[in-house]
Amino acid sequence: MSAELTIKSGAAGLGCPSGLEPGAPDVLGEESALIDPAPFVRRRNGVSELELAVFGAKCAGCIAKIESAMKKLDGMERARLNLSTGRLSLVWRGAAFAPRMVMQALTEAGYRAAPFDPAAIESDHDTEGRFLLRSLGVAGFAMANVMLLSVSVWAGGADMGPGTRGLMHWASALIAIPAALYAARPFFYSAWNALRNMHANMDVPISLAVILALSMSVYEFFAGGEHTYFDAAVMLLFFLLIGRYLDHRLRWRARAAARDLLAMQATTARRLGADGVIEPVAARAIEPGDRVLLSPGDRAPVDGVIVEGESHADVSLVTGESAPRKLRPGDEIHAGVVNSSARLVMRARATVENSLIADLARLIEAGEQSRSRYVRLADRAAALYVPIVHTLALATFLGWWLVFDAGVRASLMTAVAVLIITCPCALGLAAPAVQVVATGRLFKRGVLVKSGDALERLAEADTMVFDKTGTLTLGRPTLTNREALPAGALEDAASLARVSRHPLSRAVVEAAGPGKAAEGAVEFPGLGIEGVSGGERIRFGSAEWVGEVERVSDGDGAALETWLRRGEAPPVRFVFEDAARADAADVIRQLSDRGLSLELLSGDRKEAAAAIAERLGLPAWRAGVSPQDKAARLGELRAAGARAAMVGDGLNDAPSLAYAHVSLSPGTAADASQAAADFVYLGGGLEPIAEAVDVSRKARRRVLENFAFAALYNACAIPLAVLGFVTPLIAALAMSGSSMVVTLNALRLSANGPGGGDSAERSP
Amino acid sequence: MTGLLYLIPIALFLGGLGLAAFLWALRSGQFDDPDGAAARILLDDDLADEDQDKED
Repeated sequence: MSAELTIKSGAAGLGCPSGLEPGAPDVLGEESALIDPAPFVRRRNGVSELELAVFGAKCAGCIAKIESAMKKLDGMERARLNLSTGRLSLVWRGAAFAPRMVMQALTEAGYRAAPFDPAAIESDHDTEGRFLLRSLGVAGFAMANVMLLSVSVWAGGADMGPGTRGLMHWASALIAIPAALYAARPFFYSAWNALRNMHANMDVPISLAVILALSMSVYEFFAGGEHTYFDAAVMLLFFLLIGRYLDHRLRWRARAAARDLLAMQATTARRLGADGVIEPVAARAIEPGDRVLLSPGDRAPVDGVIVEGESHADVSLVTGESAPRKLRPGDEIHAGVVNSSARLVMRARATVENSLIADLARLIEAGEQSRSRYVRLADRAAALYVPIVHTLALATFLGWWLVFDAGVRASLMTAVAVLIITCPCALGLAAPAVQVVATGRLFKRGVLVKSGDALERLAEADTMVFDKTGTLTLGRPTLTNREALPAGALEDAASLARVSRHPLSRAVVEAAGPGKAAEGAVEFPGLGIEGVSGGERIRFGSAEWVGEVERVSDGDGAALETWLRRGEAPPVRFVFEDAARADAADVIRQLSDRGLSLELLSGDRKEAAAAIAERLGLPAWRAGVSPQDKAARLGELRAAGARAAMVGDGLNDAPSLAYAHVSLSPGTAADASQAAADFVYLGGGLEPIAEAVDVSRKARRRVLENFAFAALYNACAIPLAVLGFVTPLIAALAMSGSSMVVTLNALRLSANGPGGGDSAERSP
Repeated sequence: MTGLLYLIPIALFLGGLGLAAFLWALRSGQFDDPDGAAARILLDDDLADEDQDKED
């Protein structure tokens, strides 16, 4: 019990009120919050190393608290928390203490943590981001210095002699050429890859513009010409690299956050050796035939068969059923099922890769393929833009050369000016800048966005499909007939229930609040709890067991119920149901106000689904739907031309999450579902869904505004360039000006402040 | 105008110094934890004496 209390106070945040702290203890259970990290410790040269994801650390106080708690462990050599990523890396001497102590100390300090798999850390270095940043640094250096020289040429004008101008050009060339060749590599690689696969992307005209601008400038310089485009080439690269880096960082951060969440899931298991020794191992290491110990709160790591013990299990993540299922020796248990009441031993029948999850993974893959056909807004714009620009530049060259007889050199210079001035700087910044701001804003509200185009797809959604158990509802039973109970019954039941971990017992304890557990109470698995109070026997359990004969015919199973009987008095009925989340009705109304048509797809019984649909005002619902049927329903919607967003948390939802146009999943969801979803929202409510819809719609509007601006800018600049009026000075002003306008427009998205859904009305 | 002959190299040298500093910072992990670096300046006083000894 004491473990539960400390975790509860930890979830409250201890002065770090962060919406990012997933309300997980109720789902993961107390036991799994204390995962034994032993299998993830690396030992080398007499030191042990461990990396953990720490949740909830937000400020300097958190750093101090966590690091000093770690340093109190004897033998700890290094403990450093990275606040940006939430990683805590620990190094200690030899085997100075058990790795479990680390988790205990963190829990006592009020933080939840999960160990990282060392294999995953190795592939963790952000080499691409470093490459882009180095390129950006070089481009920035070159731009500043070349601009210094260029400005003096422009300002010098007629006063500057050809000799001085030559010196300036010579110095510019010396800086710009190596710098541009270095900094343009990301674009060259990508353009080359695209061309090799016989299609053109945005990087083709960029590379072409850079190469042409550089080579024409070199030629001009030797021919003694007045204008060179060295500054334009490096400036172009600088702005484009900013956009590229923002885009990369967006994806990187989302991926890292998603990985942290996955680390929270049951990554370890306790293997029971032949000699009865319990050994903590990584879930991946479980082989068919191994015996695995499942304490209450543990999640089955693989498919298997129960060999020992009798208990109830929470299968809601696997099938969507809200009622606990009884497990006896010989029963099958699927990966992802959470044991809820008594100790179980299972024999593994498959490895992690071959468990139920693997079947669903195949469905997920099929769904993701259908989604990968989505073309981003920016790419759609580029597909229109690239041929037009190339045709224009070519036409300019041919026109000046053949029609106006301007000479090859002058015609080529004009054509290069067209290519440079139309280069998609603003276009390259337009989408990433908006998406960085939008995801940053959502991140603060506890929504992780897996990719930039997820925002675009959510903005397009016109239908939203919900799962029931664990998504619209809490995913665990709550007491509903509290008012109807006679005085004292709830207290009696709660004092018995405190000795049990059965979901219904927990619901009773939750309803009654803190109190004492009955002394000498004994739990009979599958039946109930018995205790003695005031000289009378009290039983709390199934109807048959307490002797409520009339209700033994438990045929329909419509309601979840238990009975309390004191002595020979008539039994009292306790009714439970999987209650809707507190803000569900509210959020459902908000979403339908936003023009989304809503639907409920549940794997649960008809009565349960109908009751929730009616209470929340969902017009359409289906019950008893299998995972395949869910995916098929989303296929139907797609075929009918609807763009459906799917919200779900169970393994049974994972295929449909992948088939949907866009998908959302709570932070408490099964890992396969989180992997398949585009958005993962944390915290106990549904409100982040409405927020995500709002922000993504606003982001889409900003992106379109930016594109419109880029188009307007081109409409003004292209005629000038085609007619040959554009000088390097004008090109430089136009490029930096348009990039700045686009970025400022993107920043407006965050200027609306933390206001929730209502801020949509404030912006014009 | 002959001043340019040494002014341009000086400008380039200073710019290069900035670039080198950036690349060094990138390589030595200065950008690994921007949030933590901002928060850590507020620390130290909160640590017990023994912890400060260990810090060195």
